[in-house]
Amino acid sequence: MHDAVIQVTNLSTRFGGQVVHSGLDLEVRRAEIFALIGGSGSGKSTLLRELILLQRPDAGSIRVLGTDLEAIGEKAALALRSRWGVMFQHGGLFGSLTVSENVGLPLREHTALDDATIDRIAAWKLAMTGLEPQAGAQYPSQLSGGMIKRASLARALALDPQLLFLDEPTAGLDPESAAGVDALVRELRSELGLTIVMITHDLDLLWQVADRVAVLGAGKVQAVGTMDELSRIELPAVRRFFDGPRGRAPSKPR
Amino acid sequence: MDSLRPTAHELGMAVSARYLASSRAKPAPVETRPPPLLHRIGLAAIEALGRGTALLGFVGELAVASARGVVQPSRLRLRPILYNIRSAGFDALPIVGLLSFLLGVVIAYQGAEQLRRYGANIFIADLVGLSMLREFAPLITAIIVAGRSGSAYAAQIGSMQVSEEIDAMRTLGIAPLDVLVVPKVIALAIALPLLTVFADVLGVAGGMLMAQWHLGVGSADFLERFVKAVSVTTFLVGICKAPVFAAIIAVVGCFQGFRAKGGADGVGRQTTRSVVQAIFLVIVADAAFSVAFSAVGL
Repeated sequence: MHDAVIQVTNLSTRFGGQVVHSGLDLEVRRAEIFALIGGSGSGKSTLLRELILLQRPDAGSIRVLGTDLEAIGEKAALALRSRWGVMFQHGGLFGSLTVSENVGLPLREHTALDDATIDRIAAWKLAMTGLEPQAGAQYPSQLSGGMIKRASLARALALDPQLLFLDEPTAGLDPESAAGVDALVRELRSELGLTIVMITHDLDLLWQVADRVAVLGAGKVQAVGTMDELSRIELPAVRRFFDGPRGRAPSKPR
Repeated sequence: MDSLRPTAHELGMAVSARYLASSRAKPAPVETRPPPLLHRIGLAAIEALGRGTALLGFVGELAVASARGVVQPSRLRLRPILYNIRSAGFDALPIVGLLSFLLGVVIAYQGAEQLRRYGANIFIADLVGLSMLREFAPLITAIIVAGRSGSAYAAQIGSMQVSEEIDAMRTLGIAPLDVLVVPKVIALAIALPLLTVFADVLGVAGGMLMAQWHLGVGSADFLERFVKAVSVTTFLVGICKAPVFAAIIAVVGCFQGFRAKGGADGVGRQTTRSVVQAIFLVIVADAAFSVAFSAVGL
């Protein structure tokens, strides 16, 4: 039980009269790639925002990396934030900074390293995510979608986090770039031993990368398991991911 | 691979009838009749109240962030403050100067006819000096800055909000208020009074030019009368409003930016709203100042 990186118990969230989560439970184990899926409005983005302290639930408890997020102090929140990295769906890169300044920003804010060291670390993180060194001097607006995702990932990795949150890592990418992201996510887990939590609709990514997948629906986790297990579950909320016109059987790993 | 997979149709049949029934029943009957007037008024009132509370909450958060900056000056970011002083202050000099000059011309021109009728030409200095320094210079400066900088603040923060940059900032442990709002408030609180002084000078110069041209009051006479008519208090009454206007403009601009939702259209809407609200509140504040000053006899 103690190797649970994220523990969500009895979570409830409401927006006005609209119930987003009602009694949601979830557990993410160390060093696994965990995916959240669900139809739009199933509350997966809200859940992610609650996990990364951008939003507070109405009830229930969330423990991330052993820290209870309810009533967390400002100092503890800052410490916790430096132990996880977040890659946003649209990158969330600062348009007024170059890519390497973006990657170096967390280091500049939270460490006492000198500029030269920070630049070296930033260049190394960029290389790790498969970006060319010259991309570092560019502004986010000059990058392609795939490069923005990689740069955003590099920034999320800047402080060497233990936990990585990815919001739609392959959305809006061409198949080739998406395949690159698949490989990158697997590499990160195997080389750095990161725990990775992602929201995705990409079935390729789910089949090939995710260790376990949770299906959200009606404010709860409808089912958790490997894609193989889920594909055999007869719950309607689960079935519609596999049975829609775009659903598919496992394709061979590339 | 395709042969392995049951077709969507077959599986659709397999899905329980209960599920199908529930999903069919889902779309709620569309309400075609608009809700009654009272209902709509109530909804609008609740929404307005919510907005007001949110603004108050924002002001509170900002006060805390500013207080922290006072206690720990190392938290203040000097570069954005200087940058904002330049962009909101220095760069606004030409337009503020030109418009207040023209305003001085207009006031003198309008007053000239009346004064000439009574042969009180020299009092043009009183008219221009008092009205410019007390009211028009602070007001026109604040309105220009609201349109120039308040809107820019809303647009900048709004676009950062919709592109997830604000969220990214929070997750990186950087307080958006410290980086984006506090420097703007401080910068504007410094820049706006200075711009107001500039507007005072140009406005009076405009009036002086008009006095000479239209009333034959020479600049030496004008200035002699001006010094007698306008006290330091008059000048200070005008200037002391400027920091308040600055706070209104910066707070409203930033607040509206943070409320931007959706995409580019959301940013545009909030930007428009920031200008309208800032100008509205500046004029309301100016009226409140007038009442307050007359109550204390200034």
